[in-house]
Amino acid sequence: MKRLVIIIALLGLAGFVALAAVKMQQPRDDFVRSAMIGQPLPAFALPAASSEGEELTQADFRDGTPRLLNVWASWCVPCIAEAPQLSELQRQGADIVGVAINDTPENIAKFLADYGDPYSAVASDRMSQLQLKIGSSGVPETFVIDGDGVIRYQHLGDIMERDVPVLMAELRKAGL
Amino acid sequence: MIARFSVVGALLSLMVASLTLPIAAAATPHPPLAYRQLDNPSREAAAQELMETLRCLTCQSQSIADSDAPMAASMRHEVRTRIAAGEDPEAIRNWLIQRYGDYVSYSPQVGAATWPLYAGPIVLLLIAGLLIRHRLGGKR
Amino acid sequence: MIAELGLAALWLAAALALLQLATGVLALRSGTSDTGAILSALVRPVAILQGLLVSFAFLMLMWLFARTDLSVALVAANSHSDKPMIFKLAGTWGNHEGSMLLWITVMALAGGLIGLAERRLPEPTLLATLSAQAFVGLGFYAFLLFSSNPFARLAQPAAEGMGLNPLLQDIGLALHPPTLYFGYVGLSVAFSFAVGALVTRQVGPDFARAMRPWVLGAWIFLTLGITAGSYWAYYELGWGGWWFWDPVENASLMPWLAATALLHSVSVLASRDALRAWTIMLSVVAFSMSMLGTFLVRSGILTSVHAFAVDPERGTFILALLALYVGGALLLFALRVQTVTEGERFAVTSREGALVVNNVLLSAILGIVLLGTLYPILTEALGFRVSVGPPYFNPVGAIFVMPMLAVMAVGPLLRWRRDRLERIQKPAVFLIVMVIPAIILSLMVGYSGILPLLGVGLAAGLAVGSFLPLRGRNLLRVPLNVWGMVISHFGIAVALFGMSSEAAWSVEKLAALNAGDQTQVGPWTVDLTDVRPRAGPNWTAIEGTMLARYGEQDPIKVAPQSRTFWSPVQQTTESALLTRWNGQLYAVMGSQGDDDRWQVRLWWKPFVTFIWYGGILIGLGGLLALIGRLQGDWKRRHTERRIAERAAAA
Repeated sequence: MKRLVIIIALLGLAGFVALAAVKMQQPRDDFVRSAMIGQPLPAFALPAASSEGEELTQADFRDGTPRLLNVWASWCVPCIAEAPQLSELQRQGADIVGVAINDTPENIAKFLADYGDPYSAVASDRMSQLQLKIGSSGVPETFVIDGDGVIRYQHLGDIMERDVPVLMAELRKAGL
Repeated sequence: MIARFSVVGALLSLMVASLTLPIAAAATPHPPLAYRQLDNPSREAAAQELMETLRCLTCQSQSIADSDAPMAASMRHEVRTRIAAGEDPEAIRNWLIQRYGDYVSYSPQVGAATWPLYAGPIVLLLIAGLLIRHRLGGKR
Repeated sequence: MIAELGLAALWLAAALALLQLATGVLALRSGTSDTGAILSALVRPVAILQGLLVSFAFLMLMWLFARTDLSVALVAANSHSDKPMIFKLAGTWGNHEGSMLLWITVMALAGGLIGLAERRLPEPTLLATLSAQAFVGLGFYAFLLFSSNPFARLAQPAAEGMGLNPLLQDIGLALHPPTLYFGYVGLSVAFSFAVGALVTRQVGPDFARAMRPWVLGAWIFLTLGITAGSYWAYYELGWGGWWFWDPVENASLMPWLAATALLHSVSVLASRDALRAWTIMLSVVAFSMSMLGTFLVRSGILTSVHAFAVDPERGTFILALLALYVGGALLLFALRVQTVTEGERFAVTSREGALVVNNVLLSAILGIVLLGTLYPILTEALGFRVSVGPPYFNPVGAIFVMPMLAVMAVGPLLRWRRDRLERIQKPAVFLIVMVIPAIILSLMVGYSGILPLLGVGLAAGLAVGSFLPLRGRNLLRVPLNVWGMVISHFGIAVALFGMSSEAAWSVEKLAALNAGDQTQVGPWTVDLTDVRPRAGPNWTAIEGTMLARYGEQDPIKVAPQSRTFWSPVQQTTESALLTRWNGQLYAVMGSQGDDDRWQVRLWWKPFVTFIWYGGILIGLGGLLALIGRLQGDWKRRHTERRIAERAAAA
């Protein structure tokens, strides 16, 4: 009995040390990925960020054109950092739809004027409804949506220069 | 640097870490129900109970009820809106798990990934029973 | 020059630890021969000298911090010439290298104290204990000298130090880490005693008596450390929570659980010579939990609040030490297991029986906390993530905590060795009778969940039960250690009541107010009279002035702030607490909403302070028990000496 307990304790220790050693080799990843990859965009309807724009719904993503869905906000500092990369993506032929989270029309307009407007459409998500529906866990995030309106890929955090070709490749995979 | 303190010293860094996050939050507009309670006290209690068991996904280790992070505010609004509409708290939890995975819930559901969490205590209970019987039981 | 002196002292101390290990082992091997006698005479002085040298090294580091010597990398990274002196000094251990040096310093001083004062143990066991201590110490010396040298110089002295974070200049933060370290070191000493006793096959009451003060001391420090940490989280975080089963919190709880079990089993071993193997096992477990806690925090392996400033290399080192010490001890135990007999027998219905049940339950609780804390690491290694939090720990833990509390209430009434249940029937029935009105009363206040309700009931039963061991005794003659037990157990009841009350009857109010508006929270009426900016030396704040009235009583002014520090930019909430005997009003100033009203968060938390009063009582009971035990030991030794003198005179 006693020996059995000691052996179990030793096995537990060995197991823990092995586990911890494996875990420490893995790179840290603090991002929480969406569980919605591979699923169609849920139904939603968001007003445009400016008075002349049109309402954005899931149907807008089902016209055969793969798109980038960029979740951002004017109050988010990394969003400023990724603005040049979004412009670059647009220059390379990406159709980018922006969704501004918890934002006001004035601040959105000011942000687009200051840092460039790479978007084909900008919708306003005051209550973070779309953000929660697609499993986005923060701003900024960028989703690749294929021509059938299915979520194909999620990029978490700001887009850096090295991420531009990755996102273009994902867009091409989605049928661009 | 902050985290270089001892074990519970790190508890402290918990606060410090959480305090550093909402810098942007001060200037952030947030959805109305993020900081407003529901008028119906029992609904509010249900919402509060649920919020305390949902993880703030952009914080280090806090529930959405304990955080000023914008994401937590958004999730509080969503939870209160749905509870106010009469939705069942567990249904809301499952809706969020569908979108964010098991990680979003501090209450692990019994499932393929989590059954050992519940089998463990049962095994412990058995071992405890055996040990007590062995120490105190029949042979003397 | 100071840094070099410190480093030299540290190297010398490490060399002495090696010498202590070598002479200890050789002395044990050569037994009672002449060389053996010479060698064993060396061990104690070497242990004392080691303690002195490493203390010297630590003092040198403190001096460097006091002078803010910016040519030393550690000082430049963690201090600043403008800091107040007290925080400069506290900065010595407010970082990884310094805290490790503090750890080894306390550990070596403990070894020196054992070398100086320990006279109960047979000499071979003492030698083995000091050797084991030196062995454990060597790992930490290696860690410091090879991977975390606190005395390393910068090639170019820094112009100014980087550590002026105002948040870290808090007296609590200065005292908190050492408190826990004392606890950890105490458990490492207990571990060395266990290894020593295993080596010489002397697991018995003498060993238990020698080890007990160290376990008690460690347990007191851990208790106070957790209590303080919890209160701190409560008032600093600004959301009114006092425990969230965060991995870091669990990492501090696990050694405490193990130490609590060990404390009780070592008492049985000391007074009844039973539970030998169990005590050894618990000593090993308790020390592994301190190492595990250190590892979890330093390696950054868990998603917790301290995900920054962690270092995988250090994590690997601690992991290796943990595997070496614990694995080695377990292997030794496996080899010796036949020689560690069960010890004295006892009946099911006896004090020992109750203690065994409680020990097993405590260990099971430890197992659950361990499982819940480590499980996310396991699943992450397998590629998916889960969160384990209060909805898991509270109910699952309660399954084990409740029977444990019940046994705790009646166990101390039982006699050692053999007793009859009929004898304690009356008090047991009395306790059950106490539980019922408590439950009815709390139902009348308001039902909110089964766990708080049972908690209140058990707290009432335990509160009364904790004093029953005193009934029918002359209170002046009750030994201090019995008072200690009574007060500690009563403290558990007090804390449990606070926790249950906080969980059941807290009232929260989020209000959006203009200056001049009024709101209600529980029995309180709160007026926001004024909101104005304030400026501090390195922050600006929005301060809300509130007048809080409890019922019809006079209003009391509270002024919570929302502070913004500018270097580095950080926002903090300075919550305002209003403490009454029956609870606390907790007020937080939030930001300004879209409609220009101020968000104010208010809580009324009935009896929440009992959580920490209870913690303090638990620690106080431990202190009384420690004093009582040391006194008892001293008296026994004194009597023995007198008898020996008389025998010699005759």
